[in-house]
Amino acid sequence: MEAREKSQVEDIDRSVYDIRDEEHDAYRMESGLTPEIVDKLSKEKGDPVWMQQFRLQSLQIYNQLPVPDWGPSLEGLDMEHIATYVRPNTKMQNDWKNVPKDIKETFERLGIPEAERKSLAGVGAQYDSELVYHNVREEVAAEGVVYTDMESAMKGEYADMVKKYFMKLVTPRDHKFAALHGAVWSGGSFVYVPKGVQVSIPLQSYFRLNAKGAGQFEHTLIIVDEGASLHFIEGCSAPKYNVANLHAGCVELYVKKNAKLRYSTIENWSKNMYNLNTKRALVEEDGKIEWVSGSFGSHVGCLYPMSVLKGDNSGMEFTGVTFAGAGQNLDTGAKVVHIGKNTTSYMNTRSISKSGGISTFRSSVVVNKGAEGAKSSVSCQSLMLDSESRSDTIPAIDIRERKSNVGHEAKIGSISGETVFYLMSRGMSEEDARALIVSGFADNVSKELPLEYAVEMNNLIRLEMKGSIG
Amino acid sequence: MKNKELLKVEGLHVSVGEKEILHGVDLSVGSDETHVLMGPNGTGKSTLGYAITGNPMYTVNSGRIIFDGKDITEMPVNERAKAGIFLSFQNPPEIPGVTLSAFIRGALEERGSKLRLWDFKKKLAETMKLLNMDESYAERDLNVGFSGGEKKKAEILQMLMLEPRLAILDETDSGLDVDAVRTVSEGVRLYRDRVGGSLLIITHSTRILEALKVDRTHVMEGGVIVKEGGAELVDLINERGFSAIAD
Repeated sequence: MEAREKSQVEDIDRSVYDIRDEEHDAYRMESGLTPEIVDKLSKEKGDPVWMQQFRLQSLQIYNQLPVPDWGPSLEGLDMEHIATYVRPNTKMQNDWKNVPKDIKETFERLGIPEAERKSLAGVGAQYDSELVYHNVREEVAAEGVVYTDMESAMKGEYADMVKKYFMKLVTPRDHKFAALHGAVWSGGSFVYVPKGVQVSIPLQSYFRLNAKGAGQFEHTLIIVDEGASLHFIEGCSAPKYNVANLHAGCVELYVKKNAKLRYSTIENWSKNMYNLNTKRALVEEDGKIEWVSGSFGSHVGCLYPMSVLKGDNSGMEFTGVTFAGAGQNLDTGAKVVHIGKNTTSYMNTRSISKSGGISTFRSSVVVNKGAEGAKSSVSCQSLMLDSESRSDTIPAIDIRERKSNVGHEAKIGSISGETVFYLMSRGMSEEDARALIVSGFADNVSKELPLEYAVEMNNLIRLEMKGSIG
Repeated sequence: MKNKELLKVEGLHVSVGEKEILHGVDLSVGSDETHVLMGPNGTGKSTLGYAITGNPMYTVNSGRIIFDGKDITEMPVNERAKAGIFLSFQNPPEIPGVTLSAFIRGALEERGSKLRLWDFKKKLAETMKLLNMDESYAERDLNVGFSGGEKKKAEILQMLMLEPRLAILDETDSGLDVDAVRTVSEGVRLYRDRVGGSLLIITHSTRILEALKVDRTHVMEGGVIVKEGGAELVDLINERGFSAIAD
């Protein structure tokens, strides 16, 4: 009786995520990037003048900045062939009944309207470049909570606020894809939670990229005012195509004095996606940002949410899991800058690699001079499911204040044969046993998610593990 | 053999890696019988338990394992489990992400159990009470942060809930205090009374056997069975040690 050989046999079943809709009646901007295209996009969207100029300046910066070469290769990404703007054939609705049937069905398969009825305070649904649905519960709106698409926010009552905060935390000079975002951004959500308002159930925006060879560049701007709290959930998926798609979104979060924001993401882009997303939070005195992040999809991913702990006693927690399967190179992590006194940061991440997938955890902890009493703890665990997969941990620590405390630990391991044997000895198949072990390994994240999302995440893990046994 | 034969091990040679540990073991367990496997440390008792359960790290070089008249020597672990073989582990691993309750329920479903959730919960709660287990353990992740004694009880709990036809207890009494041994022993007796399955108890102490009626005793040394007898053999070893039976 020999140990049975294990081998990768089949591709995973992603049918729910993979159903493509026909692109009919959609308006599709020609591919490529020129001032003319950006200008045309701006006119299509009816931007105010400042935004039109902002886009053109961002394009200039984009053309000046080099493609980052320190991480996964971006060679497969050719901007000449990416359509930056694809508008679905509908205006934004606040009733699912009015959303075109095929698009509505897509979101129904993803469970969005159902989740909205059951457990959400509001939902935004973006399809390609524009929001097709946005709605917030009356009782939440009655407390003054604003949850709308970026375009409406930029033109409406909150125009000044948008102008004041838009791409001030992540500027177009940050890196090439932030500049690209500045030039061609479209869609995304704007949230404002007024002082002292506690939003007890989450808001969710879901981003779906259906169009082939297109980019999605949504912008999310959230301001949680003093003493307020919010849980915001972001989900994303796309059907798979044999050409590259690009996601270069931008998330800017402002957590004011004594406010609290939890930002949860389940990312499940298809495996032809370049996910080059930028997320950043600015946290004031006594404020707290909590990131919960599950990265499962994409061909190449670069994602390092950053927290700037500006106010004294402010804090951040980052809880993440990354699962890199065949053909995936996922470079994820988190960054924190301690500026205020007695600031705290805590990162707890798990990365899983399988079937030749590459999973890299990159962290950066900076403690500025004057950040007395700062405390930071980084813990990363990696699980490699076979010998062809790869896992790396790249921590960067820059401490400029003596009176601070920074710790880092990393562990890399594989599934123990003894554990698989134990589970099988109770009747479980080898595949189920391994999936259970992986789900358990990632339970730092699933424990932090609302139940429905934890279930979805475990289903994703199960899908990823399917067919991993010969 | 007074009862129908449930397990039959014939001329079993087993290796781990390059090293052969069992050098031709013969052993039979009838249905509805309690057998004890004793012997000094490192003689291959646990290896036999693993080989019967089907641990892929243990290679059968020759010989056969027959369960309920069927040759299971090449059968995968989970199929053997579903056929009715259970091993209570000496050091069960911690499994984060699944609660003890959900795990047992999942295992029952694997076996085609139609037990309704309500009835399942009731039976689980009753059984835990009999084992002096705090009910909060049902909703805790399997074995995570359990003490040695709690892990052993959780194993016995699984045995009582899954109702296997053959339960192999691998040193279930080791490292337990007197009270815990008594509780575990009660659990084992309950298994015999309620489920009526067979037992193969691997031990080198006799405390766990006090509440049980032993049908047969096997003594292993150096990877072979050196002596067999009835319950009286347990007493003999208890009084005079393994050296007494070596001659």
